[in-house]
Amino acid sequence: MPDTLVALYIFVLSCFIGYWVIWGVTPSLHTPLVALTNAISGIIIVGALLVTGLDAVGTAAELFGFIAVLLASINVFGGFLVTNRMLAMFKKKDK
Amino acid sequence: MEISANTQAVAYLISAILFILALKGLTHPASARRGNYLGIAGMAIAIIATLLGSEVQSYGFIIAGVAAGAVIGTVLASRVQMTAMPQLVAALHSFVGMAAVLVAIGTYLNHDAAGTLNPVMMGELSAGIIIGAITFSGSVVAFAKLQGLVSGAPVKFKGQHMLNAAMAVATVLLGIHFGMTESMTSLVLMTLIAFVLGFTLIIPIGGADMPVIISMLNSYSGWAAAATGFTLGNLLLIIVGALVGFSGAILSFIMCRAMNRSIINVVFGGFGSESGGEVSAAGQAAQKGVKSASVDDAIYWMEDANKVIIVPGYGMAVAQAQHALKEMMELLEKHDVSVKFAIHPVAGRMPGHMNVLLAEADIPYDHVVEMDEINSEFPTADVTLVVGANDVVNPAAKSDSSSPIYGMPILEAAKSRQIYFLKRSMNPGYSGVDNLLFYQDNTSLIFGDAKDTIEGMVTALKGGGH
Repeated sequence: MPDTLVALYIFVLSCFIGYWVIWGVTPSLHTPLVALTNAISGIIIVGALLVTGLDAVGTAAELFGFIAVLLASINVFGGFLVTNRMLAMFKKKDK
Repeated sequence: MEISANTQAVAYLISAILFILALKGLTHPASARRGNYLGIAGMAIAIIATLLGSEVQSYGFIIAGVAAGAVIGTVLASRVQMTAMPQLVAALHSFVGMAAVLVAIGTYLNHDAAGTLNPVMMGELSAGIIIGAITFSGSVVAFAKLQGLVSGAPVKFKGQHMLNAAMAVATVLLGIHFGMTESMTSLVLMTLIAFVLGFTLIIPIGGADMPVIISMLNSYSGWAAAATGFTLGNLLLIIVGALVGFSGAILSFIMCRAMNRSIINVVFGGFGSESGGEVSAAGQAAQKGVKSASVDDAIYWMEDANKVIIVPGYGMAVAQAQHALKEMMELLEKHDVSVKFAIHPVAGRMPGHMNVLLAEADIPYDHVVEMDEINSEFPTADVTLVVGANDVVNPAAKSDSSSPIYGMPILEAAKSRQIYFLKRSMNPGYSGVDNLLFYQDNTSLIFGDAKDTIEGMVTALKGGGH
């Protein structure tokens, strides 16, 4: 099976997992959900690392990659941190 | 140390599982924080496995980028006000979009230099650029609207949807042309048009539909990551992209359902444009019948009540009234009054916005109840206090088939014994629809800033009552 087709398989099956997992999320946590998925979509940093880290110094690609690494890191750090801040506030009555 | 491609693949698999468990953690507030930590672990594993892989050879720019991003992200996340969460999320979405565009272009340049381009890859990276660019400029518009940099009102002009459709078709055609010919001109044109398209797609959508927009852009940022995964042949990006993409899509669906509108209607709608709008006949007839009340009137009813339900809306967020509400809740509970908060799915500017603000004020989450659960309790409520909400309690949604909000599920505040509205003015809600509840016999309006009014109530309750 060609690689692209394998990727398509993975993609479609992941969509199903996403569908079932997300429907289980309680509505009161929808804002943290958006923040957390935001942080997780910072996974694009992996792509940014691959572009930037290629062993060819001083290319335009390296510059683009650098900016992408920067933006994605803001997402990763900002996203997880703000999610944590929000979730820390959700308390039951008698803590 | 360098790890093999197989080790890296296993690490990516572990990372993907951790992300799924992270989202699963949000099933309940009690497990949610652990979920977030699992997400952090997943991200750390993914990043380390990538850095140790054979593809990454130079680290200078990477270290600089991660360090700067970490500082900026940490500062943003620790300083942001909870009321400004929608803006922060919009800004973060735009970063993902831009990163996807840059990664796609960078990948193109690297493969071009190495002579390893092929049409399938160029098609995939075109998709990444288009989705990423739309996510970026769309999120910038959303951010500007939320931050009040531009008016939240929908911007509409003739032929707008035709223009958008034409641009969408053009980006796809240019992407195909680029894939077949490697034409740099097509690549650049495609990218520019996609940026413009993101902008024109979001400007016709009004401020009241922000919960849907935020969810939609959330979804786009996921698809952008998935498209990048296809380009790079990176399965982790594909898995995570699909999870995030579906999360946003489901949230958009939930938000639309809560307004009884289709996603098409929201995207093309421009709800809330009829500035003021035509007030329905029923509304006009009743115009004289609005009663206003004082803080003392409301307190008189509330302190002897068995049950008080509070309906918060965006007005509560604007007035920052949540902390005063918490104090009032505690005082009422001392009078043996049961206090609950009723949440409509689209209250506020993003999904779950009200829950976060109430949590911020230390209001226990078991006091905060979703619409479907609380609606049966309104008939037994002695007092319903509506704080900065409007359309979500408007009975016209059930009774007036000519109303633009007809069919929207509402909180049935109208059924409680006494209803008090805290309002700044008689302006209608975001939909521009007059609220029939104002004219009900047992409804009174308390005019003024919500926070001041509630603080007034707190003072009155402390005064020992009547």
